[in-house]
Amino acid sequence: MARITWGMATSHVPSIGAAMDNHKTEDPYWKPLFDGYEKARTWMAEHQPDVAVIVYNDHANAIDMDLVPTFGIGTAESYDVADEGWGPRPVPSVVGAPDLSEHMVRELIDDSFDIATFHQLDVDHGLTVPLSVYCPEPGESWPCAVVPVLVNVIQYPQPTAARCYALGQAIGRAIRSFPQDLKVAVFGTGGMSHQLSGARAGLINERFDRMFLDKIEHRPEALTALTREDYIAEAGTEGIELIMWLVMRGAMSDNIARVHDTYHVPASNTAAALALFEDLDSREGVTA
Amino acid sequence: MTEARDDYVLDVKQSRRGYALNRLCGSLKDADNRRRFSEDEAAYCDAYKLSPEQKRAVLERDWTAMLDLGASIFYTFKLAMLDQKSMQYLGGVFTGMSAEEFASAMRSGGRKFG
Ligand SMILES: [Fe+2]
Repeated sequence: MARITWGMATSHVPSIGAAMDNHKTEDPYWKPLFDGYEKARTWMAEHQPDVAVIVYNDHANAIDMDLVPTFGIGTAESYDVADEGWGPRPVPSVVGAPDLSEHMVRELIDDSFDIATFHQLDVDHGLTVPLSVYCPEPGESWPCAVVPVLVNVIQYPQPTAARCYALGQAIGRAIRSFPQDLKVAVFGTGGMSHQLSGARAGLINERFDRMFLDKIEHRPEALTALTREDYIAEAGTEGIELIMWLVMRGAMSDNIARVHDTYHVPASNTAAALALFEDLDSREGVTA
Repeated sequence: MTEARDDYVLDVKQSRRGYALNRLCGSLKDADNRRRFSEDEAAYCDAYKLSPEQKRAVLERDWTAMLDLGASIFYTFKLAMLDQKSMQYLGGVFTGMSAEEFASAMRSGGRKFG
């Protein structure tokens, strides 16, 4: 059976990808952020998954206002890197895991999550930046296959934090019932506090962010109790992306350990963080 | 210049209002469309059936008015990038600062509310 070995939550700000693409990670502006990643990157490189299930949102690239699915799963054999308006990132295209995607879609629908399916999907910075956070030098191809999981966080009403956590739990069950011996990592992406538009543009709420970083480990119910209005008020209109971290957390067991985390302001207009958790239930020789 | 509201929440009603505007900005993800837009911005706005107010906001790059008319920042950012304007520039527009002032506010820990 497949096992979830670890979960990583990370911001997916486009400029973090651009800093890597343009070799600026040693610049004084970017160095503190990338130094903060170091310990997590070393650990992840020693614990490579076969598949990454990446929970993210599209930003007007694969999804437009014609149709806004609340939750979706990519089911393709491969995913091209999107041109978001300034040319695609110079990173490899993404290889899918269509058998696992198909299994997840079926299991989730049987579990009452009526999920949309994407047979054609160009993946934007929301997915590729987290891959680069995991693997900064992929060479010709990424080191793992990917199942994209899409969440609408742009059009209001977004799904509730509680529903995102429940979706994560269902994803966890689906992965653990997949009859192949695969190591799976789950990525939750987006956040932390930021607001791009309006008079509150530039909002950063470090108190809220640190509370979230702390509670995501052992008190996720404190975060699922918050309404979308709470997230928008505290973390900003775009900070609501944090609900996607709860999908990752829901997919993991209760028996997790924090490997590393880091928090830095700013990445562009955003507070950026990474949190990495090992799922101890998945360790070799342990049967849940 | 239009003054920005605190929050712009893209609910279904706003999405409906901003549909043509967001569709135009979203189309700029294709290189061919970027070229066509730059050749004749007004004709491009007409082809995408923008309202007169939306068309004016686009042609004059009134970024706040675009938000008031239903735009989402993820769409208008594509237009900004075509103009080689950064998110810090837009942040400055919404808050009455220059791009440099806004970026420096971010480097000092961001803007605090409440
Ligand atoms: Fe995002």
